[in-house]
Amino acid sequence: MSALRILVPVKRVIDYAIKPRINKAQTGVETTGVKHSMNPFDELSVEEAVRLRQRGEDKSSPVKVENILALSAGGPKTPDVLRTAMAMGADRAFHIDVPEGADGGPEPLTIAKMLRGVVEKENINLVLLGKQAIDGDQGQTGQMLAGLLGWPQATQASKVDIKDEAGTVEVTHEVDGGVETLRAKLPMIITTDLRLNEPRYASLPNIMKAKKKPLEKKTLADFGVEDTRRLKTLKVTEPPARKGGGKVEDVDGLVSKLKELGAL
Amino acid sequence: LRQPASSSLARLLSTLAVLEQREGKLQNSSLSAIAAAQKLGGPVTAFLAGSGVKGTSAAEAAKIKGLEKVVAVENDAYEKGLPENYAPLLVENIKKGEYTHIVAGHSAFGKSLLPRVAALLDVSQVSDITGIESEDTFVRPIYAGNAILTVQSTDNIKVITVRGTAFQGTETEGGSAEIVDGVDSSAVAQTEWVSEELAKSERPDLATASRVVSGGRGLKSKEEFDRVMLPLADSLGAAIGASRAAVDSGFADNSLQVGQTGKNVAPQLYLCAGISGAIQHLAGMKDSKVIAAINKDPEAPIFQVADVGLVGDLFEKVPELTEKVKSA
Repeated sequence: MSALRILVPVKRVIDYAIKPRINKAQTGVETTGVKHSMNPFDELSVEEAVRLRQRGEDKSSPVKVENILALSAGGPKTPDVLRTAMAMGADRAFHIDVPEGADGGPEPLTIAKMLRGVVEKENINLVLLGKQAIDGDQGQTGQMLAGLLGWPQATQASKVDIKDEAGTVEVTHEVDGGVETLRAKLPMIITTDLRLNEPRYASLPNIMKAKKKPLEKKTLADFGVEDTRRLKTLKVTEPPARKGGGKVEDVDGLVSKLKELGAL
Repeated sequence: LRQPASSSLARLLSTLAVLEQREGKLQNSSLSAIAAAQKLGGPVTAFLAGSGVKGTSAAEAAKIKGLEKVVAVENDAYEKGLPENYAPLLVENIKKGEYTHIVAGHSAFGKSLLPRVAALLDVSQVSDITGIESEDTFVRPIYAGNAILTVQSTDNIKVITVRGTAFQGTETEGGSAEIVDGVDSSAVAQTEWVSEELAKSERPDLATASRVVSGGRGLKSKEEFDRVMLPLADSLGAAIGASRAAVDSGFADNSLQVGQTGKNVAPQLYLCAGISGAIQHLAGMKDSKVIAAINKDPEAPIFQVADVGLVGDLFEKVPELTEKVKSA
């Protein structure tokens, strides 16, 4: 194992603090004029890539990071999140130009196929992805990519530890009821969970530097992939509304209301 | 689906429910996979693999009502459910059985495994469904449950994970399915299972408990969380849950997090204290039958969804409630 060439796919999504509104045609959610940011799980994967570089530099990891490539597929505003990733420490970026839509973009399988092409062309040996995008909530892309490449995978990682120069990686990941530790050899796919790290804020000097880092525009076709959709959105609707039932004065009121509702 | 209009579809439909087992015991996600599979309407086959499963989890599965057969693969290599070898195993068995639908629970096991299977089959996956409209049309929450998507799959094989709280009622007795050997080409696992640390608890399982008490940032520390919330949980026979803030601050174990990125629960009673009710938290609990909230901030968003709310200091109100529940 010579060095790490890391790919970090990131997605531009509606900011996590914003309550999405469904559009009139019921085909998706309103995205125009709504604050967008990097998918929170992707911030974690960028951060982890940068920390792997720091660990390699201060010798607490036996493997050095050679390059960190950030990538995002989306419309004309996609470079915003790529600049953020570069301000956090990614070296370069690919913007895969796909039309913007209310439907969350190409399906995970399409993205996974495109990423396989990127991995092969750019000689990547570690892909760090978020465990899910907070818009589609699908949680598929990393596992699909691992399947397509035939690489080991560790999903929902809370700790990543490179053990030796041969590229043995130990990943602790979240499972139902606790955590599990896995060992695999690079190249591999890791998806991030919230407890993996705390992403840094990009400093102003780093934001300025990021503007000079290379950002290349590409298309799905560059990686031999078409945006075919196998899943048809029939409609997007509001969830059934829940009405608050009002407040009670004291604990006795709480107990009797719960009894009345049949919950006690 | 058994109605005349779609009878031709129902005849062709054949579902494989992928069961999750751990040390010979079926996990709850398996029951929701079967419940969803049965809703699809065609014959249902169950699949499981692991160490000596035929005498244990497969036998348990064979008793489940409504299963056509149980395909079992006995091999220690699959015991931990590592997707690197489990996915090719599943793909082989899917191809041999010519199933049209593959269903698994949206648990850590299903989430990790099924997208890999879908990619190997070159089909899309529909994740975490909460409803089945027809053999190709499914309902699933998106944007942390703030929108409900109805989606139609055009793939020849539908790969689906299902939300446990939305598919219940599997009858675990009364069936007598035949247990048959699956195909096993013994694909090599590229990943080695090293260890696990599971939070031990005598309390009911969070995802399936009928009552859940949940604490948030307002509990201030782990000591206070344990001192205030555990007796309440015990008095109600409830599972313990927590908000992300409480988990991040170390008040409770990660596996207890309720929300968009943690567990989804839909108990009869969800009683929470010191939780403001952020979008991400509501995503995990708003399908609960009755929601009760104790919070000192009268403006907290949790009160907009709570069936009953009490404004007050949780350090006073929760112990008082615990006493009253005990004496009731």
